[in-house]
Amino acid sequence: MTNHWADIKNANVIVVMGGNPAEAHPCGFKWVTEAKAHNKARLIVIDPRFTRTAAVADQFVQIRPGTDIAFLGGVMNYLLSNDAIQHEYVKSYTNAAFIVRADFHFDDGLFSGYDEAGRKYDKSTWVYELGPDGYAKVDPTLQDPRCVYQLLKKHYSRYTPEVVSSITGARKEEFLEVCKTIASTAPADRTMTSLYALGWTQHTVGTQNIRAMAMIQLLLGNVGMAGGGVNALRGHSNIQGLTDVGVLSDLLPGYLTVPKEADKDVDTYLAARTLKPLRPGQMSYWQNYPKFFVSLQKAWWGGAATKDNQWAYEYLPKLDKVYDILTVFELMHQGKVNGYICQGFNILASAPHKAKNLEALSKLKFLVVIDPLVTETSTFWRNAGELNPVDPAKIETEVFRLPSGCFAEEDGSLTNSGRWLQWHYKGAEPPGDAKTDLEILGELFHRIRTLYAKEGGAFPDPMVKLAWPYAVASRPSAEELAREYNGWALADLPDPKDKTKIVVKRGDQLTTFGQLTDDGSTAAGCWIYTGSYTDKNNMARRETADPSGLGLTPSWAWSWPANRRVLYNGASCDPTGKPWDPRRALVKWNGEKWVGPDVPDFKVDQPPASESGMAPFIMNPEGVGRLFGADKLTDGPFPEHYEPFESPLAKNPLHERAVASTNPAARIFAGDKAALGTSEKFPYAATTYRLTEHFHFWTKHARIPAILQPEQFVEIGEALAKEKGIRDGERIRVRSNRGEIVAKAVVTKRIRPLTVAGRTIHTVGIPIHWGFEGLTKPGYLANTLTPAVGDANVQTPEFKAFTVNVEKLGVA
Amino acid sequence: MNLSRRQFLKLTTSGIGATSLGALGFAPDRVLADVRNFKLASTTQTRNTCPYCSVSCGVIMYGLGDRSKNAHLKLVHIEGDPDHPVNRGTLCPKGASLIDFVNSPHRLKFPEYRAPGASEWQRVTWEWALDRIARLMKDDRDKNFVAKNAAGVTVNRWTTVGLLAASASSNETGYLTHKIFRSMGMTAMDNQARV
Ligand code: SF4
Repeated sequence: MTNHWADIKNANVIVVMGGNPAEAHPCGFKWVTEAKAHNKARLIVIDPRFTRTAAVADQFVQIRPGTDIAFLGGVMNYLLSNDAIQHEYVKSYTNAAFIVRADFHFDDGLFSGYDEAGRKYDKSTWVYELGPDGYAKVDPTLQDPRCVYQLLKKHYSRYTPEVVSSITGARKEEFLEVCKTIASTAPADRTMTSLYALGWTQHTVGTQNIRAMAMIQLLLGNVGMAGGGVNALRGHSNIQGLTDVGVLSDLLPGYLTVPKEADKDVDTYLAARTLKPLRPGQMSYWQNYPKFFVSLQKAWWGGAATKDNQWAYEYLPKLDKVYDILTVFELMHQGKVNGYICQGFNILASAPHKAKNLEALSKLKFLVVIDPLVTETSTFWRNAGELNPVDPAKIETEVFRLPSGCFAEEDGSLTNSGRWLQWHYKGAEPPGDAKTDLEILGELFHRIRTLYAKEGGAFPDPMVKLAWPYAVASRPSAEELAREYNGWALADLPDPKDKTKIVVKRGDQLTTFGQLTDDGSTAAGCWIYTGSYTDKNNMARRETADPSGLGLTPSWAWSWPANRRVLYNGASCDPTGKPWDPRRALVKWNGEKWVGPDVPDFKVDQPPASESGMAPFIMNPEGVGRLFGADKLTDGPFPEHYEPFESPLAKNPLHERAVASTNPAARIFAGDKAALGTSEKFPYAATTYRLTEHFHFWTKHARIPAILQPEQFVEIGEALAKEKGIRDGERIRVRSNRGEIVAKAVVTKRIRPLTVAGRTIHTVGIPIHWGFEGLTKPGYLANTLTPAVGDANVQTPEFKAFTVNVEKLGVA
Repeated sequence: MNLSRRQFLKLTTSGIGATSLGALGFAPDRVLADVRNFKLASTTQTRNTCPYCSVSCGVIMYGLGDRSKNAHLKLVHIEGDPDHPVNRGTLCPKGASLIDFVNSPHRLKFPEYRAPGASEWQRVTWEWALDRIARLMKDDRDKNFVAKNAAGVTVNRWTTVGLLAASASSNETGYLTHKIFRSMGMTAMDNQARV
């Protein structure tokens, strides 16, 4: 989230699209209720189903799964053609005025530079025109036909209310009513917040779904404001933290990135990531990349990382490609992966296309499952009849199942979606012989390292020399690791303004990432977490005081970065440093420095009227928010509507070109492509979802939730049920081109048929929580049905929009 | 004494996560003391966070046993933390039944091994399991580690063994996981954020 949970209460308008917080995030949803009750906020819910969030909305609009960009593009068209934008914000804080290269274009679904054979773009035209001074050219009048504002207007002019209605199935009048409510937040003293979750990410256009809303929020001046922002609710308790510490194929902690083959040495690597300002005087915060990187290398390799060995640069792997889950399962399916470790991750159920996952896991030599609970992944070789039709005798995989402790049995921190790091404490021992995750990791690594020290082997140095400053070598403690990712000084750190003064003594914990250096005098394992564990554990703070009344609770736990509660809060002020809305002032310029109830997201002593002007998006080299995404994403600088890879429509109504029917830059492996179904055989749109009573595949092992939702079901609308002669509660078969499930039908009014491109389209809802293990009645894993194709940028699978057929079984 | 519950806890915990309040012999005030008499006097309280969704509601866990050396704590109840600024004491149906996750009959208690072709688990020791996993990993790495690519650039990567990290494990576990497996040159590393 750019903002945080309690901040929702400050909003005037709340748009929930791509999420269902009343059911999936119930205790966070209370802040929506609070905004409605005390701030007269209007709640708009846009979803393929009438959810419990929709039940308390002021307006609910049902749309076809996978058509969010069509809807949001229409909203942009409305805002631009009715001039319902926050003009001063758009002019000063976005790239609306920037001039785009003359040869950038968009034509019939494709942006310039498309390579059809490689299914990717050459993005060299997707950039700004640069002047002779090396800076991007701008036209502050916004009149130049090549400026972002004009290109944006042109791009979305196609998204008329009629087109929106025809693609999404929403009625034109209800769409326009939503537009009006959203437009009401253009004035500087009104804000809208956007709440979304996996309903936006699990699409082949997932990243662009979110970008579309971010653009709307920029047009309305809602980013950086209390009660504004673009807020990812996120699915799991520490999905934010695991991403922050970078446990992803291509990331290092703190959103640093793993070297690629082209980054042949550390200088090349750093040069490509140390972003120079694109406008005069911009902070372009990534200019500090070398400080973050060298400090990370010092945390990991200590004395073995020196200037002479490029800070142990070669101890890191270089990627030939990103090994995302879909790629790894494809490789595993081809027999190119030998071993796999699943640490608390039920991948058989979580990756798309279960039949493929089963075959892939069966080709492993060994699988190690570390989990507190029985998972289907650990017993993938077990024959569970129709639910898991395998022959164990034919599966040669060695499987290890290691019991781990759960949250209640360890100390540590979790980062919630509002970026708060909250410390928790052990309250019991793990059951039986189970060990905590840290113990399991420590003991396993200790063994591998010892083997390398004794026997040698392939490039042992990075393991043998890995810094290991833990009191008990086989069991690093949570506190020791927290101190390490926060970081400490390896030498006395002088004050940059007065070298005779020492700011941090050697060996002391750092207090801010501003203290990090690129000369090896600091170590910090995750720069954005610097400040979380100083001379005390700030994540454990429990002061509930909220002096501003805006819900910031600045002394409760610790929020990254720098305990800042609202990102880009500099943008909550006008270009002279005065809050746009004094009633929700987060920061302001007092003539000497930036002050306020939140930690300013700007250099604290830099006046708003300096060379750069007030440019609050300090992570961007242009200093402003991007309406035009330039070359940052793989699939275009402007979000465009593409059909899901499995769509009930044979063709994208917006484009004639076949290749631009679906996202032309999304990757799909040949076998996965062959497994896609056609709209003739699988005519119904389908989407997966969660229920209030269950959490993913865990709570089916907990007694009360297993009693509350004991049995698998699928949800179909009354009209479809009638057409098929299906009665409520009857068992039905749901098929996709990859497999089938049998479950009870729940016939509801919550999903009505939609008129799309002149046809009637039905949607089938598939809750995900059952499997062949658990205290619930055994059920099918829902990913038996889902397609293995992911978002063009981050490869999140398209679980939220695919196609199925539905059959009556005949026996109740 | 007339302290708020939070002041009281702050006073008694002095920065440590949990304490046996009963042992201290006094409580914030009469009313609170009466209502919570059994729970506070007979149990140990520990602060924690609901591990399910990303609201991260604060919870208080009640355990039987007093943290003395040989006593094994058993959790008997988990409820919302009334001081928590986001959930303010409330929990949803999932969080309200957390105790059933902690004490689930499907919690794993011993390391187990399933041999190739077998249709049953067998119980093994930690030593045996970890020794064997370490051996399998090292042998595979030694065999398949790529030091240089075709163009002769040092790439130092290991692509044939992968890892998936939990989305409910702590930052510290995630950080250590990353540090360890990246030091091996592992590239096929991901977490639930991707799906
Ligand atoms: S109690 Fe419910 S709302 Fe709160 S963190 Fe747990 S699952 Fe989320």
